Amino acid sequence: MDTAEARSRKTSAKPAKLSREVQARLGQQLRSMYDDVVNQGVPDRFAELIDRINGDGNKGGQ
Amino acid sequence: MDESVRKAVLGAVPSLRAFAISLCGNVDRADDLVQETLLRALANIDSFQPGTNMSAWLFTILRNHFRSEYRKRRREVEDSEGRYAETLKSQPEQYGRVEFREFREALAHLPSDQREALVLVGASGFSYEEAAHICGCAVGTIKSRVNRARTRLAELMAIEDAEDFGPDQQTRAVMAGGGE
Repeated sequence: MDTAEARSRKTSAKPAKLSREVQARLGQQLRSMYDDVVNQGVPDRFAELIDRINGDGNKGGQ
Repeated sequence: MDESVRKAVLGAVPSLRAFAISLCGNVDRADDLVQETLLRALANIDSFQPGTNMSAWLFTILRNHFRSEYRKRRREVEDSEGRYAETLKSQPEQYGRVEFREFREALAHLPSDQREALVLVGASGFSYEEAAHICGCAVGTIKSRVNRARTRLAELMAIEDAEDFGPDQQTRAVMAGGGE
């Protein structure tokens, strides 16, 4: 009848749209998981890798 | 390599790792994926257009490499528990452990195209347009994948409304069951 119904019919009888609250909470969980890794910073192996390649490039000339 | 390029690459590493872990579900494999991505990127650094988004460029390389090499040998769901937990130094305090574990498990069960779309938009901070560029698909496709990912996550976690969230859920259930 209304647009929401039309929309849910269109998406093949999916359950009702998630509430904003639920979406926000899922988003928070996702970000806290992600940020936990981001906050670990750059592991030494990657800083060393970049510097090694950088050094080789500079020395190698070409 | 230009100092500004070196800094941009280095600066992108933490979020590249977070993205890689969300794809692989395993920290060791994710770090190998990041390493191979950096080697490829730095070998082709001349094809990076100065002034464009370094993170988006690196994410695209990582994602393509994952698609072509890693998915074949993936053990995502089996590996996702445990290894992921080990890498997390601090479980987010504001949520219950149970809820957080359920969330990670649910995320690992999503189809990988939905998971990557959700992570790119919901955690990495890319716009729908940037995410579409990284995944090589239409903006509308990203939007629908993100929507389906959210719906599926909520289903997997059996969330019907926000009341179902949180560490108090079990406590409430016990109290309700136990009566007064």
